[in-house]
Amino acid sequence: MSRYEAVIGLEVHVELKTDTKLFCGCSTEFGQEPNTQVCPVCLGLPGGTGVLNKKVVELATKAGLALNCAIGTYTWFDRKNYYYPDLPKGFQISQVFRPIAYKGYLDIDVDGRTKRINITRAHIEEDPGKLAHAGGSIAASHTSYVDYNRSGMPLIEIVSEPEIRSGDEAKAYLEKLKAILEYTGVSDVKMEQGSLRCDANVSVRPVGTTTLGTRTEIKNMNSFRAVQQAIEYEVDRQIDVLEDGERVIQETRGWVENKGITITMRNKENPDYRCFIEPELDPIELTAEWIEGVRATIPELPDARRKRLVAEHGLPDYDAGVITSSLALAEFFDAALQKYPDAKTISNWIMGELLRLLNARNMELNEAKITPDGLASLLQLIEKGSISHKIGKEVFETMFEEGQEPEQIVKEKGLSQISDEGQLARIIEEVIAKNPKSVADFQSGKKQAIGFLVGQVMKATKGQANPGVVNTMLQEKLGK
Amino acid sequence: MQLHTLLVHELSELMEKKEVSCEELTRDYLQRIGQVEDKIKAFLTVTKEEALAQARAMDEQRARGEALPPLAGIPMAINDNICTQGIKTTCASQILYNFIPPYDATAAARLKNAGAILVGKCNLDEFAMGSSTEHSAFYSTQNPFDPEAVPGGSGAAAAVAVGEAAFALGSDTGGSIRQSAAFCGVIGLKPTYGCVPRYGLISYASSLDQIGPITRDITDLALVLNTIAGRNAKDSTSASVDGPDFKKSLVNSVKGLRIGLPKEYFKTGLAPGVAAKLQEAVRKLVELGAVCEEVDMPHTEYAVPAHYIISCAEASSNLARYDGVRHGLRVEAEDVLGMFKKTRIRGFGAEVQRRIMLGTHALSTGNYEACYMKALKVRTLVKRDFERAFEKFDCLLTPTSPTTAFKIGAKAEDSLAMYQSEVFTIPVNLVGVPAMSLPFGIAEGLPVGLQLIARHFDEGTLLRVGYTLEQNTSEIRPKPGLSR
Amino acid sequence: MKITEQAVEQLALLSRLDLTAEDQTAHTKSINVILDYLDLLNKLDTSNVEPAAHVLPLKNVFREDRLQPSLAKELALANAPEEEAGAFKVPRIF
Repeated sequence: MSRYEAVIGLEVHVELKTDTKLFCGCSTEFGQEPNTQVCPVCLGLPGGTGVLNKKVVELATKAGLALNCAIGTYTWFDRKNYYYPDLPKGFQISQVFRPIAYKGYLDIDVDGRTKRINITRAHIEEDPGKLAHAGGSIAASHTSYVDYNRSGMPLIEIVSEPEIRSGDEAKAYLEKLKAILEYTGVSDVKMEQGSLRCDANVSVRPVGTTTLGTRTEIKNMNSFRAVQQAIEYEVDRQIDVLEDGERVIQETRGWVENKGITITMRNKENPDYRCFIEPELDPIELTAEWIEGVRATIPELPDARRKRLVAEHGLPDYDAGVITSSLALAEFFDAALQKYPDAKTISNWIMGELLRLLNARNMELNEAKITPDGLASLLQLIEKGSISHKIGKEVFETMFEEGQEPEQIVKEKGLSQISDEGQLARIIEEVIAKNPKSVADFQSGKKQAIGFLVGQVMKATKGQANPGVVNTMLQEKLGK
Repeated sequence: MQLHTLLVHELSELMEKKEVSCEELTRDYLQRIGQVEDKIKAFLTVTKEEALAQARAMDEQRARGEALPPLAGIPMAINDNICTQGIKTTCASQILYNFIPPYDATAAARLKNAGAILVGKCNLDEFAMGSSTEHSAFYSTQNPFDPEAVPGGSGAAAAVAVGEAAFALGSDTGGSIRQSAAFCGVIGLKPTYGCVPRYGLISYASSLDQIGPITRDITDLALVLNTIAGRNAKDSTSASVDGPDFKKSLVNSVKGLRIGLPKEYFKTGLAPGVAAKLQEAVRKLVELGAVCEEVDMPHTEYAVPAHYIISCAEASSNLARYDGVRHGLRVEAEDVLGMFKKTRIRGFGAEVQRRIMLGTHALSTGNYEACYMKALKVRTLVKRDFERAFEKFDCLLTPTSPTTAFKIGAKAEDSLAMYQSEVFTIPVNLVGVPAMSLPFGIAEGLPVGLQLIARHFDEGTLLRVGYTLEQNTSEIRPKPGLSR
Repeated sequence: MKITEQAVEQLALLSRLDLTAEDQTAHTKSINVILDYLDLLNKLDTSNVEPAAHVLPLKNVFREDRLQPSLAKELALANAPEEEAGAFKVPRIF
């Protein structure tokens, strides 16, 4: 047990799902040609003044409520002043003094326990543009290129209290946060497209003490796993520094994915952001009535859905937790259940095959070709005995990759299960003839030897034999 | 015909009767510019070809029998801190020496749509920081009444005074429109904050900046204001109401109108000639049936320092976008930080640099409360002075400036003295109320300006008082000494 | 309040102004004259006064989430001091 305790707070930037930017009517579509979604406002041209997108206020409020936050009834925007080439106005419009949402929390599962992580605040701000570096990395480049398509995109920044204690907890927090925001429909929460980004503030202190150690801010983490690993690395690094009798330096560090380390990001000056109320935008005043109106539009959230799956369908809590961790998965489950009313079987297939293939191929559910209806049909085929469970897995994989109907796959590949006793009898004879030892074992009372023989029949039929029928026939043949 | 001596509404009448073509009108003004511009230097850019092309297009439209918009063919000038699509807009700064906006400011677009023809972009102090055009990065404009005097902070007033444009658009952060109108003997209105959209006005101090018209009579002012006022979907700070028809305010009566005379504006430093003209104006208004009484505005002396802090603070942030990345000047350097620093030191003049640093100081950690917040609180106190005064009075009358136009060089090196020359116009910007400078005779060869101040969105009262004075005195349209 | 030359150096860095030593001295002097004058505000007690960041009591000025045309790419880049492949080009960051 370490003598140190890690103290971690996360700052998560989430892009809100709107058609247009925060203060102008430019499109928020991802992946367009550089500098084609810009106007005088988001390009910071002299004279550009913007107007707040109403949808952003709604989505930010909704996100705040889903995270159990209080909603500020009187808030405004402030300017955060600093120079960087991707920041077209030389300041970022944010909510420094009065965030739209504050004092919330979310619950995470760690080691079978539920832990509450408090959320300090969630505020609206604009995204800067995007820098690309000629030499690949920022440090190696003599030239950089700026694309302002992303400039002015609406974000909420969600700041947690420093109550996270490990990389595992950080990952669980992010997964939960992602699920809640996804369910609420306020964001696409796609880390790979930058619609969810996370920075971590990390410090360590001796167990049993309460004063905070010097913290570092970790950036450049591109997946939840990277966040987890970066935090683990950084915690160890800081402990080593302290153990060596040195002091942790307050600084910003970057995660280097391929090396698995964090490094100092060069920082020449102490920033003084000189924040002040944005004079070009008016305050936002929200009535309790309006806020309740937004609350009414929040759908069932992951925790509630999980409880419902347990209560209504008798799923184990663990299964329900996995299935509801992503909205897409939960909806896939519900849709399949409509057509094939056996919750546990569906759950087994989702938790087994579906997640295995998604993980192995590093894919999102919406990229897979299998549909809930398809899974239901597949399960019906298995239930009817048209195919075996094992063949079912093979068919599943084909459905996952190519998206055909299971019946068609079974037909095209000739995978129909052989239940015809006439056809099977001949193969069983051959297996008995070839495996006298197992036969003897079985007959001398080693009942488990039958498993081997069934396996041999399955092998001979390339898995197409109906294992139940084979078992019965073998038992009869060998005289139980 | 000397078309450039005529008023906007007179020119419109000629156009309507087809006694003159747009092209003739435009040529007359361009010729006038050719005649006087080498002395006056009111313009940074003269848009001769564009103006003629637009005028010809309008003539063709008329020949086809199409109805012409209300300001069809009227030559106008626009200050060079208001964006005009495809026309260089420099803010009189090296840092924007080559900036060509890809869009029109809302006010400019509205005038263009109303048929007005842009003849050029006017000089000003760099980023409107000054009251004399001496801080322009390019050259100073001359006062049409006195070659040795400054024209105020906007070349647009000088252009209108000498007939280089029939009217103009200026901007007013601490008094530029009103003071330059007063110094050049024309009418300048700073509308209520938000009355005219700020979209496309290059920000100096966002909570104080306002676009307004400069004209030669009140009827023209109403015509131009009707065109540019009213809300805009692109500007959060533009009022959510559409403007009334300001022509309805052209009423020849001030009977029963209660006019306040703020004591603090008449106390110190008021030039005797200006004071005398003020007294004359008060007598005239009383004679015409207005009730004029003194009023206390105790926080007046604090308005200038509060304004200074707020304007510099906002400017330090607004001018951060000039970094050599997207537009304007770039001075090359090895890295981005070097490029930023070299570009900005080369691009900004000393006065702008100073205000940026002062504003940065006011907002920096440790000074924010004592400096910036203090100024915002004082602003509240100044606001209350006005609110109290407007409980009793319909409008306020003050001098626009303590003196007539001062001499070139007199304050150029003294940043503070320059700032204080706007002591009477600055409180108005802090509070956002509308105010107008009206020429009222001559003192020692230079025009004197009266300032009328009204409640938020009550431009109508200003026009009414102005119109009444215009109809009942001969003091309103002083003629510049420059040969016509 | 007075400001030192060192503080002006810091302000110049925060403002991204490459001041020469000469400029720095001159600015320090002129800024101090102004700061002296601004001290006038300290004569006023503002302890119970609300700050006024805006002059009009506007609030909730919103626009609908509706697409508006963006600038044509050529126009967006037209004023760029340096441009390459549709992007604004800048020297190295560090």
